[in-house]
Amino acid sequence: MGLNEQLQRDGFVTTTVESVITWAQKNSLWPMPMGISCCGIEMMAFGGPRSDSARFGSERFSFSPRQADLMIVAGTVTYKMAWVVKKLWDQMPEPKWCIAMGVCTSTGGMFRSYPVVQGIDQFLPVDAYVSGCPPRPEALMKSLLYIQEKVAASKPQLINLGKDAGDVRRSDLIVTP
Amino acid sequence: MALDKNIIINVAKNIAPNVDVIEHHGDLTLVVGRDVVTDVLAELKENPATDFNQCVDITAIDWARKTDRFEVVYILYSIPNKTHVRVKTAVREDKPHLPTVTDLWEGANWYEREAYDMYGIIFDGHPDLRRFYMPEDFMDADGEPLYPLRKDFPLAGIPGSLPLPQK
Ligand code: SF4
Repeated sequence: MGLNEQLQRDGFVTTTVESVITWAQKNSLWPMPMGISCCGIEMMAFGGPRSDSARFGSERFSFSPRQADLMIVAGTVTYKMAWVVKKLWDQMPEPKWCIAMGVCTSTGGMFRSYPVVQGIDQFLPVDAYVSGCPPRPEALMKSLLYIQEKVAASKPQLINLGKDAGDVRRSDLIVTP
Repeated sequence: MALDKNIIINVAKNIAPNVDVIEHHGDLTLVVGRDVVTDVLAELKENPATDFNQCVDITAIDWARKTDRFEVVYILYSIPNKTHVRVKTAVREDKPHLPTVTDLWEGANWYEREAYDMYGIIFDGHPDLRRFYMPEDFMDADGEPLYPLRKDFPLAGIPGSLPLPQK
């Protein structure tokens, strides 16, 4: 009996580690809600029961940047707030993605005035822009699906502790009681 | 029952005899000189007949072309008498100073900081006169502080006056 038939009989699937990781990553994006102004309300609707982002594995809004991999910047970013947004973004572990929700975040929108940053792409790498003032939750959902496609097409970074361990030795990782 | 406006005017006249009275749609405004404005405000608060115990807001107006360029507006409310009054005073551009009223109303602290931040009015004796909304180092290329609600400030701001984090 060939290997393939044997695996099929025992209920195994053959795949690559990369595709398992991207599959898991894509279906469990944990958003960091940067709800800075009115767009934040629509972002909450996106997480609520009617729109239900849980269907896409994103129901777990992470109020700590360290457990998040998708930042949804929802609202008017002022020059003073830009430093705070950037500080939180820097605390998110790689790999990470960013959605600019609403016209304010994308371009400054109707606030063509001195305190408002005219588009957060001046200091953040943005993956998806959502138009609207505010965008409907469906529009945000569309951008989430777009990010999922992007994640699925990406190549995860694998750390091989066996060969490329660098300074980390295996004995360092073993905890003795 | 709202307070009769003549009571308010008389209380103010005791301190500043040449007070200007403006009434618009039943709203009373007293325009007084900048040298007596704190005395008038103190009297309006402390006189039991008027008892204006709440300072609702302090803000300013930039009239751009007038000799007395700025006008500072105090909006007061008397909770027991259920009455509003507005007190205005003109301030010169080259000497934008006024005494603070934080010793009368604690809540004036942030309002005065806001007026300072937006118009550059300096309230002498204020316990903590820092900028309120804008960053402390908000200034033009020559190091002159910028006050964004002045009429000569461009609405879209001055490029480079506010730093952004690096990408
Ligand atoms: S885009 Fe519209 S709804 Fe969203 S933050 Fe700006 S003003 Fe508010």
